[in-house]
Amino acid sequence: MNRRELIKAFAASASLTLAGRVWAAPATDARLLVVFLRGAYDAANVVVPVGSEFYYASRPTLAVARPDAGNPNAALALDAGWGLHPSLRDSIYPLWAKREIAFVPFAGTSDDLSRSHFETQDTIELGQAVGGSRDYRSGFMSRLASELTRVKPISFTDQLPLIFRGQNQIPNIGIASVSKPGVDDRQARLIREMYAKGDLANSVSEGFRVRDDVYKSVSEEMMAANRGAVSPRGFELSARRIGRLMREQFNLGFVDVGGWDTHVNQGAATGYLADRLGELGRGLAGFSEEIGPAMWRDTVVVVISEFGRTFRENGDRGTDHGHGSVYWVMGGGINGGRMAGEQVQVAQATLFQNRDYPVLTDYKAFFAGLIQHVYGLQQASLERIFTGIKPKDLNLV
Amino acid sequence: MSITATLGARTVAKLMIGTIAGLVMCHQPARAAELAAQDIALLDRLTWGVSASSAAHLQEIGTERWLQEQLHPANAALPAAVQKQIEAMPDAHRFPFDIAASFDQQGKSANQVADPEQRKAAQQVYQQAMNDRARQAAARTILRALYAPDQLRERLTWFWFNHFNVHQYKANVRVLVGDYEDRAIRANALGKFRNLLSATLHHPVMLRYLDNADNAAGHLNENYAREIMELHTMGVGSGYTQADVEALARILTGVGIDFKSEDPKLKPELQSQLVREGAFEFNPARHDFGDKTFLGHQIKGRGLAEVDEALDILCRHPATATHIAKQLATYFVSDNPAPALVQQMAQTFQKTDGDIAAVMSTLVHTPEFAASLKGGAKFKDPMLYVMSSVRLAYDTKVVLNTLPIQGWLNRLSEGLFNHETPDGYSMLSAAWNGPGQMMLRFEIARAIGSGSAGLFKPNEPNAVDQPAFPLVMNGLYFSNIKQTLSPTTLAALDQAVSPQDWNTLFLSSPEFMH
Repeated sequence: MNRRELIKAFAASASLTLAGRVWAAPATDARLLVVFLRGAYDAANVVVPVGSEFYYASRPTLAVARPDAGNPNAALALDAGWGLHPSLRDSIYPLWAKREIAFVPFAGTSDDLSRSHFETQDTIELGQAVGGSRDYRSGFMSRLASELTRVKPISFTDQLPLIFRGQNQIPNIGIASVSKPGVDDRQARLIREMYAKGDLANSVSEGFRVRDDVYKSVSEEMMAANRGAVSPRGFELSARRIGRLMREQFNLGFVDVGGWDTHVNQGAATGYLADRLGELGRGLAGFSEEIGPAMWRDTVVVVISEFGRTFRENGDRGTDHGHGSVYWVMGGGINGGRMAGEQVQVAQATLFQNRDYPVLTDYKAFFAGLIQHVYGLQQASLERIFTGIKPKDLNLV
Repeated sequence: MSITATLGARTVAKLMIGTIAGLVMCHQPARAAELAAQDIALLDRLTWGVSASSAAHLQEIGTERWLQEQLHPANAALPAAVQKQIEAMPDAHRFPFDIAASFDQQGKSANQVADPEQRKAAQQVYQQAMNDRARQAAARTILRALYAPDQLRERLTWFWFNHFNVHQYKANVRVLVGDYEDRAIRANALGKFRNLLSATLHHPVMLRYLDNADNAAGHLNENYAREIMELHTMGVGSGYTQADVEALARILTGVGIDFKSEDPKLKPELQSQLVREGAFEFNPARHDFGDKTFLGHQIKGRGLAEVDEALDILCRHPATATHIAKQLATYFVSDNPAPALVQQMAQTFQKTDGDIAAVMSTLVHTPEFAASLKGGAKFKDPMLYVMSSVRLAYDTKVVLNTLPIQGWLNRLSEGLFNHETPDGYSMLSAAWNGPGQMMLRFEIARAIGSGSAGLFKPNEPNAVDQPAFPLVMNGLYFSNIKQTLSPTTLAALDQAVSPQDWNTLFLSSPEFMH
């Protein structure tokens, strides 16, 4: 590559991103982060139907006690019918008090009943009609990115997830283990040249660009840690890094958290699930802290899972694969502090197949309604993202 | 004035590369030059990567005989230096049941220590010991992948492990994960699918991982039953129902694990039903003896024989033949295998009662497979990428420490025994060629290409790093590989400033990723 070509290449990489659109990220841009809890989290033990006798009858060892100020292991009161798992007391519960989080119960895939983790994760990430042939090269967040201008999408995952696969190369980075690049600038240039004409050209050039940006951001944090600051671990570390990166440069993000498939010894107020939840809550609170109060007002975080679990506990103090779940929607500008969407009483008669939470809010209609409001998208845009879906307005934004 | 100062460091480096190349060329047998590009592609597709010696062997015996040798391996002895390393591993000569039982005991004792501080310490020792066993198992997998002559069996062993995936960090799976790979998977990797499925079902590691050890009459746990149908045999969407899942879960009640030496206490009428084989146990007191309807078949409730009947039904189901054929074709041919190819393989599967070698023989003799060797070859997944790099760079020079390789695989998100969910790692290119993944590959390319990378420093106190240097630009490169590189890649390689730099760039090239 000669000098002139080099300058052209630099100019191109600095000013262009998806599909050749010019971007600049003004401070007031909306930000959206989708958090996927892989493994089907037991929503009924997180947003607990404390008003349901049937819940307590169905879960002799797993139930979380009804709200009780004197009991640290009791659920935290949300409203008359619902309570929050006590492990979220210091992280998520304050957001409820500030009306910055809403829960959407009975949410999920109304058209996918496979109760297969992998099938249903694919269903949600693709956001396509079930039953036809699937296009694995088109995830719904990738289609969303294509409809937006000034978008800087990123997946905070080791591998590029289905949800972000599509015609544009969206960068991914495993955020938990960022280290100083060993491949130097000269090698990076030669490697880019080798890939320049092939189908991985975008992947490689996006990779180098994001690698340098992310390393710069994380190295500042590492310097702080070297000065004695306590650095968090696990999901909290990742979520705080994500918060910083989404404050500074990226505005459409995805991250997933595994370990929710609790067939045995799930625990109740304490135990395995409680530990995972505590970590999740601390991470999300850390994210909102890092993104800062100004940006938090324009940020929406959505927490989803592929499905819920059986309403009754199984013989091993765990739960098996169910159907409906509970989604979380949080952010500084959220119309929160309430349970959103259609609801039914939690009782044996209302269970789906006498087994699971029913799905009353379909994930596609939910997301369509949400992004319509967050981005002010036209119907034609929504139609390209979720074909044939009528958006559901849950009055969240 | 020294020569270096006159010519400049870069020119000297280039001269050095040339000298190494010249030396290598003098020592290479001439016949390697005659291999067709397709044969090199064949070795990359069916082994853990082409090396100078494997290319020479294929050249010597011809493609068809080589295929037969791989499909029906007779002499699979590991090189002596590799065998020696494996033999030196602790517990190499103990029975797996004894090992697992003593670990079980160690875990229980650690939990019973009264003093909290000492208990924590004892538990830590126990966890460390389990981690060590998983690392040893991974070391064996890697040594076999790099040096076993029955390479196709090794590729299939990885494939089937992934198909019947277990995760090392669930409970005490680490203790026996190597035994699971050796005895349940590798031993059946080229045999009958029915035996493979049955071997995984009888292994304590699988029964623990998918919770069937906890599945009992009146306390149903349907996790394993569901995954058998969804992942191991028929495939999702093939027509089974929630009722079939529950029926299979009932059939599987009582199938579990027992590390105790004495038999469980049973009512006299049940005693003849008890089955114990190592840590595997069928406990009739935990079994649901009711009749079941499974996939339209009436299954008479009668004990462990129900499981055999269910496995027969599953293995003979046409959906299983198609599902397995498609998985194999995806791994060995293309992200989107042609339906005709899958159908042909599925027919062989059904005709031969699930003979894996026969199905693979069908695969490698189809025009679709031959065509796939010519252009647009599959993108390597991390395991193949790392193994093929090390095989190419060091060929028969045996590494003395596999921990760096284990680390690279973990960094690339395809660590051995490290996939948390039962679906196994993705076999599709799109999972591995995203921007973040590509960056990591280049970093690993640099680690492998720049020097011995710790591969020749035994993992023991006061060990000395043995002299070794990755020789990627070898005789095979000049006789075969160089001709397959694009002008762009050759131009980039030409700008290398040192052998290390050249290796890094070559292992980073688009051609080597495929």
